[in-house]
Amino acid sequence: MKETFDMASATSSDTFPQMGSLSEVHIDAERRLPESPVNPVMEARDLNVFYGDFHAVHDVNLSYGRHEITAMIGPSGCGKSTVLRCLNRMNDLVTGARVEGEVLYHGQDIYQKGVDPIAVRTHIGMVFQKPNPFPKSIYDNIAYGPRVTGMKVDNMDDLVEEALRGAALWDEVKDKLKQSAYGLSGGQQQRLCIARTIATKPDVILMDEPCSALDPIATARVEDLMLELRNQYTIIVVTHNMQQAARVSDRTAFFTARPDETTGNRTGLLVEFDLTSTIFSNPHDKRTEDYISGRFG
Amino acid sequence: MSVATTTARDTVRIATGKSRERSTGSLVFLGLLWFSLFFGVMVLVVLIADTAIAGAGRFDPALVTRYDSTLFPERTGFRAGILGSLWLMLFTALMAVPLGIAAAVYLEEFADSRRWYNRIIEVNLQNLAAVPSIVYGLLAVAVMALIGIERKGIVLGGAIALALLILPVIIITTREAVRAVPEEIRQGSLALGATTWQTTWRQVLPSAVPGIATGTILGLSRAIGEAAPLLMLGLASSVRFDPEGLMSPITALPIQIYGLSSNSQEAFQDAASAAIIVLLVMILGMNALAIFIRNKFQRSW
Repeated sequence: MKETFDMASATSSDTFPQMGSLSEVHIDAERRLPESPVNPVMEARDLNVFYGDFHAVHDVNLSYGRHEITAMIGPSGCGKSTVLRCLNRMNDLVTGARVEGEVLYHGQDIYQKGVDPIAVRTHIGMVFQKPNPFPKSIYDNIAYGPRVTGMKVDNMDDLVEEALRGAALWDEVKDKLKQSAYGLSGGQQQRLCIARTIATKPDVILMDEPCSALDPIATARVEDLMLELRNQYTIIVVTHNMQQAARVSDRTAFFTARPDETTGNRTGLLVEFDLTSTIFSNPHDKRTEDYISGRFG
Repeated sequence: MSVATTTARDTVRIATGKSRERSTGSLVFLGLLWFSLFFGVMVLVVLIADTAIAGAGRFDPALVTRYDSTLFPERTGFRAGILGSLWLMLFTALMAVPLGIAAAVYLEEFADSRRWYNRIIEVNLQNLAAVPSIVYGLLAVAVMALIGIERKGIVLGGAIALALLILPVIIITTREAVRAVPEEIRQGSLALGATTWQTTWRQVLPSAVPGIATGTILGLSRAIGEAAPLLMLGLASSVRFDPEGLMSPITALPIQIYGLSSNSQEAFQDAASAAIIVLLVMILGMNALAIFIRNKFQRSW
């Protein structure tokens, strides 16, 4: 069991080496959540994504609950990152990308004509796979978002401190705010990117494999941070790492890729979406079970 | 066969005492390579040394502080040419740098490269960089006629010609500098709710400044040595006052050198040689500055 599991997650660099089989994974029993999200913050309805002629994602229906962490897992090329990038219209930046269906944010379709993607992104922030601090000081990295979005800020110093405290980074950097962000370690840089995102006071935070470039200790700190941020934000995280999904998420969506019979192109689709505890203990779909038990993927 | 004997035999075989790297064929080829290098560098060194020796007698303050003189060939100076070239560089940069950066930013950050007109522009930028400089001289003459300025040999005309000449160079190097800024930086900025314009202005351009500065200086150092387009614009080889403004008639160092080197008096030819060294020093200084900026501000992502 253990060995197959490790093989399944070997593609990801953020595997926790000390993590064993699924039975050891701690699932927060204190949190009692309804079977499906009530009044979801975001919803994807019949979402289809194309890159040119390539059908990347097929008919995804998902809802993301308020103050919940939703994980999207699945093998490479299953379209989970593509779905994530649709949620704040970052896919607009890819030439040839086309989105069909609806992405609702508080009931408003963000792909409707007249919706400004810039405004969407101020509400729905994003943290990337590779830490990408700006080549500026730590302070300016945080202040950048509020400055460009024209946020009304009474005291920028306070806002910077608040954001850095929110990302559990304040104590480590409070004496070197004017130094370059490039002097921080990878894990600190990633927490800086999270701090930068929460400085603009978003509603939803999207995370695209936020720990895959980090070592296990830095990963653990980011995961702790995610659990803390859940109280204030809605978090949607794409991860390659099933243990991570099991550790932090409330709900899990499992994606897989289906080869097209004629072209051989692999189209991503949603297989199963449920409470994380259900997905990892009692999945309904055979494909989900095969994936999480390491028989596939 | 035991392992020991195999090893022993291999040792004997590799210790042949002579290297195939040193065979006659290799040595001849190596010699040819050396000769090619030697020939290329030698010709240049001899040329510069010869010029420096010819001009050695004229390395005095008068060379740079005095105007040219037909009565005292041994005391003729290049003050007008040096000042003229500096003025030309200033206005060339003022015209070419903003235009070049704007064009490059449009092509890299805003243009849809799938559109046919953007593709045509891209292909032709490379061609523009290869257009002979005299053609830009002609173009500048046409521009001057178009805007109705009849005075010949003035700062404005020369600067237009040189700006057109180095514009493709600046656009190409700026594009490279802008392209070197990682996509993650742009995405990070856009994901925070910044517009493309803010992202370009606050993230991409500041990061690209060293590359842009290097490209601009290298472009200018090409322009400062140009004589052909300036001759088309009718710059005089003899001017005896300092430039005073955009409409002021000037001369340029290469023009003065060109004018003096065809003079039969030996003193003038020596002065021309000395002026060539001055021009070379200016160009080398600019290139050194470019290398300094590149090394000092180069960022590793």
